[in-house]
Amino acid sequence: MSAPAHAAPPPHVADYGGITDREGALAKLMIAPAVVYIAAMIGAPFVLAILYSLSDATTGDPALRLVGLQNFRAALADPVFRMSLRNTFVFTLVSQTIVILLSRILATALLKNFRGKWLVRFLILLPWTAPISLGTIGWLWMFDSIFSPMDWVLRYVGLLGTKDALFGFQTNMYWLGIPGLSMASVILVQAWRILPLATVIQLAGLSSIPKDLLEAAEVDGATPWRRTLMITIPLTLPIVSIAFLFGVVFTFTDLVVVYVLTRGGPVHTTQVLSSWTFFKGIEAGDLAQGAAISLFMFPVLAVVAVFILRLARRTEVV
Amino acid sequence: MGRVEIRAITKLFGEVRAVDHVDLLTNEGEFLVLLGPSGCGKTTLLRMIAGIEEPTSGDIVIDEREVTHLPPRMRNIAMVFQSYALYPHMTVFKNIAFPLRARGVDEESVRKKVDWAAGMFKIGRLLDRKPRQLSGGERQRVALARAMVREPSVFLLDEPLSNLDALLRASAREELRQFQRRVGVTTIYVTHDQVEAMGLGDRIVVMSQGKVRQVGTPLDIYQWPADTFVATFVGSPPMNLLDQGDTLLGFRPETFLPADAVEGSEGIVTWPFEVTYLEYLGAERLVYGNVGEKSHARHVAARLPGSMNLSIEAGMTYPFAVARGDLRRFDKKTGLALPGGTT
Repeated sequence: MSAPAHAAPPPHVADYGGITDREGALAKLMIAPAVVYIAAMIGAPFVLAILYSLSDATTGDPALRLVGLQNFRAALADPVFRMSLRNTFVFTLVSQTIVILLSRILATALLKNFRGKWLVRFLILLPWTAPISLGTIGWLWMFDSIFSPMDWVLRYVGLLGTKDALFGFQTNMYWLGIPGLSMASVILVQAWRILPLATVIQLAGLSSIPKDLLEAAEVDGATPWRRTLMITIPLTLPIVSIAFLFGVVFTFTDLVVVYVLTRGGPVHTTQVLSSWTFFKGIEAGDLAQGAAISLFMFPVLAVVAVFILRLARRTEVV
Repeated sequence: MGRVEIRAITKLFGEVRAVDHVDLLTNEGEFLVLLGPSGCGKTTLLRMIAGIEEPTSGDIVIDEREVTHLPPRMRNIAMVFQSYALYPHMTVFKNIAFPLRARGVDEESVRKKVDWAAGMFKIGRLLDRKPRQLSGGERQRVALARAMVREPSVFLLDEPLSNLDALLRASAREELRQFQRRVGVTTIYVTHDQVEAMGLGDRIVVMSQGKVRQVGTPLDIYQWPADTFVATFVGSPPMNLLDQGDTLLGFRPETFLPADAVEGSEGIVTWPFEVTYLEYLGAERLVYGNVGEKSHARHVAARLPGSMNLSIEAGMTYPFAVARGDLRRFDKKTGLALPGGTT
């Protein structure tokens, strides 16, 4: 007789091989929707954009006839494109620098307990919850060339509209009508929009620093300034970088603020790559040119994405 | 150098009196232990001495200088936190150098002093590592070296041994005591562990509910507890308390022995001891049971040395006794010790 220990398993155990018990297969199945979604919504348009950029397709005739790198050459030769490229960097870097500085201040304030903290937090988060286009339309009114409430205030406090006022004798600032000022306005609105996200991220970073560490530094004789410089900033650097890079991605690819406020004007001084892509490729109908312009964003975004992924691995504080 | 004087310190957190009108004076070079259960206010008191917490009222004087409202950096104190609070992004060298650099010490002296402190705690080979690459014991040494390095006039230690395993804790305790004797810096040490307190302290401050219950040498605290809280908090098992009408009669378990083993110049008190439960712990035997008339407080413990070969069984009654000199009396209402121990 053979040993009973080696007998076949009882019959009800034999049917265990269902999909729910095979982790490898189950994992693939569960992740499939995400892969399909990314392939369809990001991969396919990306490939299409590359194909269009090498063709002479227009909105009227989207057939693909390959013409080589002609669209890229044309884009580089176009002074408006070069200005958009430069503007995109200015728009992104300046707005995100402002965002990082302001969000650190707000986050530091929100770490403390004070009366009405919930209201302040609510107000800070508000721009993030409002649809971008609606918020920007609100700003469009704020910047109105005649009825701007900001101009009223400036006139009221005597900074505008009199002969020796700081901002000149004219009755209005024309926020969106003067080249430098319009860029500043667009940057201001973009900073306002990204600020809530950055504040929340910075708040998470600041509150992840163990209180003991700051107290130890205090006992060790560090002044508040030194504590910030030597403890808080180094420890929150990874997470602040993530806030910055997210902001860069959102801003670099953003179209709404520029489109609603200035449409790239005056004279393309606020034109950015995404808005120029839209005007060229959709409004003017030159799909191939639009695709080529948009692809200039790709190298920058790819580099940023690599940085985000590397930082995400290093965010643990201790 | 190194005298800390605490005058009528009170700290309120909302309605809660975390520290309630505490007066305390350390001797120079003394190792003072604040002992009490969690939430008794000992850590809050330490943090007020450090300057991390501001007292609601009262004064703190360090070396004849009123420091109550000065920031920590102006008090010349050093503190070791329970978590050690090492800066995770800095190497061990930079951690130890931090207090020196914060005071603008020149780099040459920084290097010398860090080497000296590292040598003292035998961590010289760890200077290039980050805290996360260290074991618990090594972290504790780095924290001590960082506290040490700028030669403060007072050391504050907040349960620095509680994160170590039992074996390491015993040796760390010994090292800490020897090191403190060597440098002679006044040390205030917070713990909830009575063994640590008894072993380390020159004097122990027993705290409960924000109040100081007793200040004294380990011997005083153990032999002459000021009240029933100290009597039952210190010692394991705690002091036996027998209900005797208006008073409570207290005696330590190790003084409660079989009647023929007890001698006393002032005589002995004998009870029939009804044994209910026994624990054999190797070096000793704990015997639990009841004595005297049926009342609330008649459950007592006896601690017999392991060498005492006497057969004792649960369910039986034996004559047990305490020497009169070992009896303590407490007021039943206030819990305070009454003068004159014997009945």
